[in-house]
Amino acid sequence: MELKLTLNGRAVTAQIEADTLLLDFVRSHGCTSVKRGCETTNCGLCTVLLDGKPVLSCATLAARAAGRTVTTLEGLQEEAADFVGFIADQGADQCGFCNPGFVMNTIALLRENPDPTDDDIRAYLAGNLCRCSGYEGQLRGIRAYLDSRKG
Amino acid sequence: MEEKQYRSVGKSVRKKDSLQLLLGKGVFLEDVVPPGALVVKLLRSPHANAIVEQIDTATAAKVPGVVGIYTWQDVPQHRFTNAGQTFPEPSPDDRLILDRHLRFVGDPVAIVAAEDEKAANRAMQLIKVTYQVLEPVLDPRQAKDAPVLVHPEDTWHAKVDVGGDNRRNLVASEVSGHGDVDRVMESCDIVIEHTYHTPACQQAMMETFRTYTALDRYGRLYVLSSTQIVFHVRRILARALGIPKSKIRVEKPRIGGGFGAKQSAISEVYPAFVTWKTGRPAMLIFTREECQIAGSPRHEMEIRVKLGADRQGNIRALDLYTLSNTGAYGEHGPTTVGLSGHKSIPLYTGGLEAHRFAFDVVYTNLQPAGAYRGYGATQGIFAVESAVNELAERLGMDPTLIREKNMVREGMTMPAYYNEISRACALDRCLEHCKEMFRWEERYPVRDMGNGKVRAAGVAMAMQGSAVSNVDVGSATVKLGDDGCYTLIIGAADMGTGCDTILSQMVAEHMDCPVDQVTVFGADTDASPYDSGSYASSTTYLTGKAVEKACTQLKQQLCAIAAELMDCQPEDTLFQGDRVICQEGSRWVSLEEISYKAQCCNQHAAMVTASHTSPVSPPPFMVGMVEIELDKLTGEVSILDYMAVVDCGLPINPALARIQAEGGIVQGIGMALSESVTYNPQGRPMEDSFLQYKIPSRLDMGKLRVEFEHSHEPTGPFGAKSIGEIVINTPAPALAHAIYRATGVWHRTLPITPEQIAMGVPEG
Repeated sequence: MELKLTLNGRAVTAQIEADTLLLDFVRSHGCTSVKRGCETTNCGLCTVLLDGKPVLSCATLAARAAGRTVTTLEGLQEEAADFVGFIADQGADQCGFCNPGFVMNTIALLRENPDPTDDDIRAYLAGNLCRCSGYEGQLRGIRAYLDSRKG
Repeated sequence: MEEKQYRSVGKSVRKKDSLQLLLGKGVFLEDVVPPGALVVKLLRSPHANAIVEQIDTATAAKVPGVVGIYTWQDVPQHRFTNAGQTFPEPSPDDRLILDRHLRFVGDPVAIVAAEDEKAANRAMQLIKVTYQVLEPVLDPRQAKDAPVLVHPEDTWHAKVDVGGDNRRNLVASEVSGHGDVDRVMESCDIVIEHTYHTPACQQAMMETFRTYTALDRYGRLYVLSSTQIVFHVRRILARALGIPKSKIRVEKPRIGGGFGAKQSAISEVYPAFVTWKTGRPAMLIFTREECQIAGSPRHEMEIRVKLGADRQGNIRALDLYTLSNTGAYGEHGPTTVGLSGHKSIPLYTGGLEAHRFAFDVVYTNLQPAGAYRGYGATQGIFAVESAVNELAERLGMDPTLIREKNMVREGMTMPAYYNEISRACALDRCLEHCKEMFRWEERYPVRDMGNGKVRAAGVAMAMQGSAVSNVDVGSATVKLGDDGCYTLIIGAADMGTGCDTILSQMVAEHMDCPVDQVTVFGADTDASPYDSGSYASSTTYLTGKAVEKACTQLKQQLCAIAAELMDCQPEDTLFQGDRVICQEGSRWVSLEEISYKAQCCNQHAAMVTASHTSPVSPPPFMVGMVEIELDKLTGEVSILDYMAVVDCGLPINPALARIQAEGGIVQGIGMALSESVTYNPQGRPMEDSFLQYKIPSRLDMGKLRVEFEHSHEPTGPFGAKSIGEIVINTPAPALAHAIYRATGVWHRTLPITPEQIAMGVPEG
């Protein structure tokens, strides 16, 4: 079947199988930041924005994105660059495999709530698993960024 | 203690790859391989113990896109071990790429290679296998000398005598000790004797096992793999495939976590075999389910502790027996078990008069175990620390005071740790610091919150080692580039831990230049100097020392080149970072001039490779304290605060050391409260996805606080010891302690789930 959508601001038309997952579709279109970690919607690594809302692309058929806008970290480099340096300062990137997923969800969080509390951050990112960092350094990084904006 | 001030070491430098990772650049295996590789899939055994009677692949082979289907009849018959260990591996040679005898649910029956995943999956469904189903050995307690043998084959081979015997389902067996433990035990006022049980746990690194293989321009086998051990993988593949090591090149890209899982060659042999057979690029990516059922989890252990003490709380004797379940294959079986005693008993070297440590490691028809952060020490420390907490409660003594009385201290010889001397030990300061930070006196007493909830605290100490002494080798090549920058080439594997950056900080310190002036390359068996790999808490300690040696020699080489430029004697020169000066007079040449001179009419290589091995494995030490709130009705445990103080010598990069500690603590919390690999009565694993296998999320870990007490390890680079593994060891005993304090029930089996807490009945 034919699929038309907007991927990171670009109009894309492609032939797909009806059972193609959005995760595989975006990866095959160069968006390799999107990772598969579990296949059962438990890890959050495959988070993309569908019409601006975070979704798990491993549990979304590509066909569901027809006519809609899909954004991956490839399309949000500047917005991410604003804050990821603070996470790097904590060393909390670690292996990095989960980073794109939680960075995408952090972007979604900050768009919804520009001034979240620590508990807001923990709750919003609860679905983004990380096995390396113990989470605390990621929180310190985001907190340091938010504090830096307050001057 | 006054510490030397450094320019690059001891600083929280950002990881060199951090922005690439955080911005999602394509740096992982699946991101960097060219398209068009054959998709490799494994048909896996549905039975725990079975023989392939017949296998019919004819129909499956007709599926369009299928390129090859391979069975036990197609593979070489050299038994090998997947364990990434220095040759000769203590782990027995007990595997074939595909075996007619299937030994666990998930053991590969056939390899399918196809143009795409759909064709491979379709073909897997069409392979017809007739199994002769055999009685499995599923209980490790019944495995030794059981009538059913997991490895009855004559070709089973142990290269090292570790007391194993495949005719007894035994991989290893040993007894060691000092003093007359039975006599001392008899004269003790109090003897605590209990059995502790730790299940298999999955590393659950976010990136599953994966390997890409292709033939290179010389027709050699090129292997790109998510591995901690490129050199061991090369050797394992050479043996498994029956081809020379010189025909194989192994490289690693960025690795999405390892934790020891990738210290075994779990995924490599299958695509390598396909490429060697077909000449075509091939790739195998494990699903999460495969990772869960056919990975390389922690060894299940049952540890009987007998602890003898006097009424004042002086620990006089420790007697441990560990039964370790290695599953269907023996990877890391003979070695992990040793740590359960050798890295738990020495914590109480203080007044210990005698100890005994015995173990058996048995085969069962369950998922083969492997290396997982902590490597047996985690299991042993859960048992010994729990026993010490039980002693404290029995005596009505503060458990921190019992530890102060008995702990190992700097300068002590540790009989249970190969008689090594504890030359750098701040364990006493760690405990004092942690007590103060945690406010132990205030929080140790149990507090009923009046709403069905109770607050309580627990404590545990831990140790580990730094590298495998007298065995493993770390190496580093450091070379000067055109513009006065350095390239560091290593065979160790940065799996997210930051060793690329940490080792670069060391180069920068030695060469007196900014860290940004150091580029890192690794790991690649064609280009890197030999390194055992990144495991056994070795990279900072061992490879770091190789960096020190290489830099020391490189400075001499650069001075020799500079001496020619300045027409003076090398011994009259002095290396000053950005220049070399001639001490007679005021002449100097810049690094850049030296690098150009190195390229023109030059006899001295501006490059040095150095290797290092260590006769000792200095333990890092740690104290962890936890405060929980426990719901007496539901058994739910909420962690409020977890505080820890670590002595890893000098932290080379404090931010990265802290993240290691925080990450390890959270993994340890998962092991203590929720993670476990269990099987149904037929031996089928129950937790085959993250739906059932619950690793901690951001909401499950409370607040963490980690601080450091420095010591100076004389054999380590800049006084450093290790940190990678020790950090997982305190949560299980500290949480079991806190749960006892809240409920009056000792839980000696992990994980301690809400169900077990709610159903728990106090003893006596």
